[in-house]
Amino acid sequence: MTAVEMPVEQDVAEATPEFEAAAARHDRRRGFLLALPAYGYLVLFFAIPLIIVVVYSFATRNRFGGTDLSGWNLDSYQKLGEPIVRDILFRSLWLAILTTVICLVISYPFAYFLSTRSPTVRNVMLVFVMIPFWTNFLVRNYAWRVILGNDGTLTKITEAIGLGEQELLFSQTAVVLGLVYGYMPFMILPLYAAIERIDHRLLEASRDLYANGFQSFRHVLLPLSMPGVIAGSILCFVPSLGAYVTPEILGGAKTTLLGSYIVTQFLTARNWPFGAALSFVLMAIMLTATIVYFRKGGRTL
Amino acid sequence: MSSTAVEPRGWFKALLHVNGWLVYIFFYAPIILLVVFSFSASRNVGVWGGFTFEWYGEFWDSQATRDSLWNSVQIAVLSTLISVVLGTMAALALERFTFRGHRVFDALLYLPIIIPDVTMAVMLLLFFAQFFDVINAVFGTDLRKGFSSIVLSHIAFNISFVSVVVRARIAGMESRLEEAAMDLYATRWQAFRYVTVPQILPGILGGGLLAMTLSLDDVVITQFVTGPGWTTLPVYVFGLIRKGVTPLINAVSVVMLLGSVTLVALSILADRARSVGDT
Amino acid sequence: MTTPAVELKGITKRFGAVVAVDSIDLEIADGEFFAMLGPSGCGKTTTLRMVAGLDFPTEGSLKIFGDEVGTLPPNKRPVNTVFQNYALFPHMTVLQNVAFGLKMQGVDKSAAASQAREMIELVQLGGLEDRKSSQMSGGQQQRVALARALVNHPKVLLLDEPLGALDLKLRQEMQGELKRLQRELGISFVFVTHDQEEALTMSDRIAVMHEGQLLQVGSPEEIYEHPVNRFVADFIGQTNLLEGTIEDSATVCLANGVRVKATSSYSTGAKVALSLRPERAHLSMRGDGASDGSSIDGVIERMTYLGNARVYSVRLDWMEVEVREENRPGAALYEPGTEISIHWDPGAVWVVADS
Repeated sequence: MTAVEMPVEQDVAEATPEFEAAAARHDRRRGFLLALPAYGYLVLFFAIPLIIVVVYSFATRNRFGGTDLSGWNLDSYQKLGEPIVRDILFRSLWLAILTTVICLVISYPFAYFLSTRSPTVRNVMLVFVMIPFWTNFLVRNYAWRVILGNDGTLTKITEAIGLGEQELLFSQTAVVLGLVYGYMPFMILPLYAAIERIDHRLLEASRDLYANGFQSFRHVLLPLSMPGVIAGSILCFVPSLGAYVTPEILGGAKTTLLGSYIVTQFLTARNWPFGAALSFVLMAIMLTATIVYFRKGGRTL
Repeated sequence: MSSTAVEPRGWFKALLHVNGWLVYIFFYAPIILLVVFSFSASRNVGVWGGFTFEWYGEFWDSQATRDSLWNSVQIAVLSTLISVVLGTMAALALERFTFRGHRVFDALLYLPIIIPDVTMAVMLLLFFAQFFDVINAVFGTDLRKGFSSIVLSHIAFNISFVSVVVRARIAGMESRLEEAAMDLYATRWQAFRYVTVPQILPGILGGGLLAMTLSLDDVVITQFVTGPGWTTLPVYVFGLIRKGVTPLINAVSVVMLLGSVTLVALSILADRARSVGDT
Repeated sequence: MTTPAVELKGITKRFGAVVAVDSIDLEIADGEFFAMLGPSGCGKTTTLRMVAGLDFPTEGSLKIFGDEVGTLPPNKRPVNTVFQNYALFPHMTVLQNVAFGLKMQGVDKSAAASQAREMIELVQLGGLEDRKSSQMSGGQQQRVALARALVNHPKVLLLDEPLGALDLKLRQEMQGELKRLQRELGISFVFVTHDQEEALTMSDRIAVMHEGQLLQVGSPEEIYEHPVNRFVADFIGQTNLLEGTIEDSATVCLANGVRVKATSSYSTGAKVALSLRPERAHLSMRGDGASDGSSIDGVIERMTYLGNARVYSVRLDWMEVEVREENRPGAALYEPGTEISIHWDPGAVWVVADS
């Protein structure tokens, strides 16, 4: 880091546009050098792999399950229209949207509830939201497997209250439950950040101006917390759409989702071009969602 | 800033409270039950059959779980160290400098955060399918998929998370502090060493802990880029779960849970340090 | 001639296409309390930052005690800065903050500590050495910032809006304190402010800046009594500006044709404005006498009661002016609509260029 010394020590002279330009250039170079290792790393291990996926999606699968990087075609993308694939795509979208909506409906009042607490209580409550956020995702899904299992706790409860044996495990309901459980902290945290930032005297002002409770929510609180709603929704929606671990643990054969389907293409079906095309679709949906968010004026996720 | 919101009255207030407590029950009941059943003597997971440590003993006796745990720790530590260095440099460059390619780099740095695991896994699988062959052919090395490909992949997503956390910290730091240091005869390097680093240290620690958590969490990417004979604890456990649940998995899960909780505790401490450092 | 403490010649700073500071020439004498005054965005802070070395000038010569420093980084310049909002290091104690500059210069630990303690005493913070800056009030932080800069014995102390973050009472107290320190140390203080009252009360000389240009440099009295143009007249204190044209060196013809006496050196026919301070004008019922060259007729529009004074808005033929009458017992009251004359002592008006 001795290279960061100013280039100007020796010749003390009047300032000139040339000197200023040189100093600015030096500063830019320093910034670039600082960024370079991470920049290079991400180009090599992220950007190039991304391009390879796109290239593969146009390649051909050969008879032995390998991939021929020639004979470029759109077969993989045409395959997206097949009923079975379409079903999986729509099911994934549907479950991801459902998960996001459920998370939103539960998290919004929760985040508001948090912001009504005194700062000390609030911090403690926030820590207890952070803990599941940091807890191993696999373990959290597995916990539901234990609860929902044949003679698990939930069955015991439903039997006790006379609902009989409820077979939840390996159903879509179980998958949504697991996803909601997994991604709810991602919804709560940005929502809370957005609601907490609002000057709550605005709500009082709206009440003073004859708004009822719902109207001041609809016209003041909701619009002002919109960045949090959108950020939280994207943070819930994107991983739900690409979920793999949750449907594998809690879902069954009838609940194949996009994430699992992609994995299957690589690890069992050995149709890499088709898997690459599916990944590309997933990424396109993700990118669209994110661009919408940034267009709506969001700054950070 | 942290004004307290007005609490609604009447039945709506009751609804908010009930919802609040239900969320916490929802979050913690499964975890608590899991911990409880890990001490259950019954072979049937989710059924209480008396207290035992048997499954923890089995966990410790199993070579496979011990090996994969050790692999996980090595991978997490190494990938965290490297991504903390690279991520912090990236954060400094983006927050404190402008340079050619600034915007592209900014966007590139965001992508690994928002891209789904599965897509990233596919990308890296296809990449490593060729990359090591090319490297080995050019440099005559003998790189194989396994430890190195897992570490390289974990760094690829962790750089981004570290840099986001550190950037938030740098953005919250008054840039005049560095100017003040230089006004007080510090060279650029001294200003960095004595003012910038202590100021952003909590961010670096927080970013590092997040990176470690993510590395210890990852199943999909690791499963895609690993090679024969190399497995991490989550991947190993995931494989076991797919074969069927056993009390052993309960015990392993609780051990992983403990690891997570330790990391959260540390990150809360780092956060404390952060707020003490502020105003 | 002694060497000026700070000397700027043709200093220009451009940020892209924006000219923040436009070819400024300025000399600040040793031991002077010097204010740079102007609205926000006028270039005063940029100028100060260039002296400190935090920004490099695009063009020009910048000397400190005769040495060219325009291209030196801040750590090589014999000046120190009290930053706006102080920029105290939050992770250090008061003592560590104050000793920082000495430490960077390689002064040994114990010497640095004892000098720092001495300086902390001087700013009356003795006993608080081990506090973190976050545990101190705004006024105390201000003193730490001062001590941190002064302990290095700078040849010039730069202060960027040093009192901006303090409330009124504390601000007045610190104004006196700064003057005292400056007199005791005998070095020049250069401070940037947007508060004209602060500049008038504290400084030996004031530089008024506007849109990157240096409009006028002079003592508070010169600036207040003899502003060079409309902007300075309006910015320093309150004034009424009555447009007119120069008739001869002793007469200005106002826009409504009334001739008033005012000496100036502008050429005949030049567009000018007559600056009439509200407190220097007086009201009386309109007489029948012809104009004596130091009055003008108007109609009372409204009155604002200020407690110690009343401010009357008076409608003239083409504009409105304000007249301030002290609230003395028995002072006359004028109802809105009253036809009055405004008059002033010869010499109470000042002609400025109308630009």
